[in-house]
Amino acid sequence: MKRSPVFLITVLCFGFAFFYIPILSMMVYSFNDSRLATVWGGFSTRWYETLLSNRQVGAALLLSVQIALISATCATILGAMAGITLARFRRFRGRTFFSGMVTAPLIMPEVITGISSLMFFIMLGQWIGWPGQRGFTTITLAHITFSMVYVTTVVHSRMLQMDRSIEEAAMDLGSRPWQVLKDVTLPVISPALLSGWLLAFTISLDDVVITSFTTGPGATTLPLLIWSKVKLGVTPDINALATLTVLAVGFCVAIAGVLMNRAERRRLADERLAYQANG
Amino acid sequence: MSVVAQWFNRRGWRDLIIGLPYLWLVAFFLLPFLIVIAMSVATRTPTAPPFGYGGDNPAINLEGYRRLLSDTLYLRAFVTSLMNAGTATLLCLLLGYPMALGLTRVSKGWRNILLMLVILPFWTSFLLRVYAWMGLMGRNSWFNQLLTDGWNWLVPTAWAVNSVPMMHTNFAVVLVMVYTYLPFMILPLYANLERLDPQLDEAAMDLGSRPSRVFLDVTLPQSIPGIIAGGLLVFIPAAGELVIPTLVGNSASPMIGRVISDEFAQARDWPMASAVAVALLMLMVLPTMAYSHYQSKAEHREDDTP
Repeated sequence: MKRSPVFLITVLCFGFAFFYIPILSMMVYSFNDSRLATVWGGFSTRWYETLLSNRQVGAALLLSVQIALISATCATILGAMAGITLARFRRFRGRTFFSGMVTAPLIMPEVITGISSLMFFIMLGQWIGWPGQRGFTTITLAHITFSMVYVTTVVHSRMLQMDRSIEEAAMDLGSRPWQVLKDVTLPVISPALLSGWLLAFTISLDDVVITSFTTGPGATTLPLLIWSKVKLGVTPDINALATLTVLAVGFCVAIAGVLMNRAERRRLADERLAYQANG
Repeated sequence: MSVVAQWFNRRGWRDLIIGLPYLWLVAFFLLPFLIVIAMSVATRTPTAPPFGYGGDNPAINLEGYRRLLSDTLYLRAFVTSLMNAGTATLLCLLLGYPMALGLTRVSKGWRNILLMLVILPFWTSFLLRVYAWMGLMGRNSWFNQLLTDGWNWLVPTAWAVNSVPMMHTNFAVVLVMVYTYLPFMILPLYANLERLDPQLDEAAMDLGSRPSRVFLDVTLPQSIPGIIAGGLLVFIPAAGELVIPTLVGNSASPMIGRVISDEFAQARDWPMASAVAVALLMLMVLPTMAYSHYQSKAEHREDDTP
């Protein structure tokens, strides 16, 4: 590109400042000694002590992680099945309807998903006596439902890129359907399954609105705990919590980046070796 | 395992793989959704759960929809939602487009780092990103003081203010929406712009077009699918947003998500909340249908060209 993109670079700098200044400001103020969260009153780590001595936070984090692990795993299984269905089974009764049901939750506003799930669980409780009380189970069921469609999207697009002839080759060589699925299809789409699982996990871990409608007494996830605190205004220990979150996420992303970089380099090295071997 | 494998080989995998997600979605998505539609024509009663059909009341009660059209509260909430979401989408486009274009122009090493930096905020909690702005916009914060000083320096002393009133305004809602949804605009635009052939730009330049004309005649028309995709990804969640208006918005002019939630939880008027929800969904369905219509037309066009 010959043309000097001064304007574009300026906007990029502005954009990234816009992205990161609020986060950095929050991190700096987590070390603020003052009770007034927005006025600087000297350096202190006391909000971290307050946070870490708060048993509620630990319990809420544990609950969030449990729900996210279960719902991400179930969502990945169901979502992968739906993705395979959309990509492989061109004709079955109600296909259009099915693809509509897979797309609709993506554009459904969270408030509506929330109240519809809550009314559904209440009505179900009236009709068949289950679930008697809302909490862990109802939150997990709701999370599975709205995160599985994201997995479906990821798996579907991976399946469309996949070379069908390797499945056909395996069939021609006498593999049974189960073997084809286990030895060919699943290994090929495994990166999509992993990224779908991660997506479902983070969506579940982060959700406020749907969780707030489907929760019951005693089931407070971490986002619900933060929600109930920040509704009352800015509190300094949330700054500390946010800082820890950002650091944890940054750490995970850095590790993932290093691992991916290493895998990429190994792949390139292998390719080069293969070319050399072929002369 | 072998039992599963045997069943699998005998029956084929079709039934299970189609059936399980199908049944799941029918039970946990379609059924709740049908309940909302049925609830929107129910009658509110002082029982628990607070609704009923028939009896002294009409079997199908359109009271909710009538109020939707006659009570200005709902109409105003819809207008506020559309205005806020529309403004946020436009601002995201104005800021996100040059950013996405800039990302295609930097070196490959930088590009990966910068893309990572665009995605990174996604993985930190949404709630905490909204919260970060609550800290910045508050009356005594350094950011607010900076803006106040700037304002006081610009205008005559008679107009001077102690602080800029930002919290609990529609301005705050739009600002935080732009902040939280900007990556949704940048990523599809970047994916679209990255695929464009730079030779087209160069050809136009060689033929003597000025850079601004190259942008308007070559780059912009080709990026319309990216603009539409990004616009929908911002507009649709923004129009139904609940968290942002609750935390930083003006409760005197609520957005529609807030109205649904309040009707449901505070007024305990399930039929009314459901009627508003159905109306909001109608509003979402229209742009989405327009988009898929546009997309299928574009696909047909691609099929036609050899």
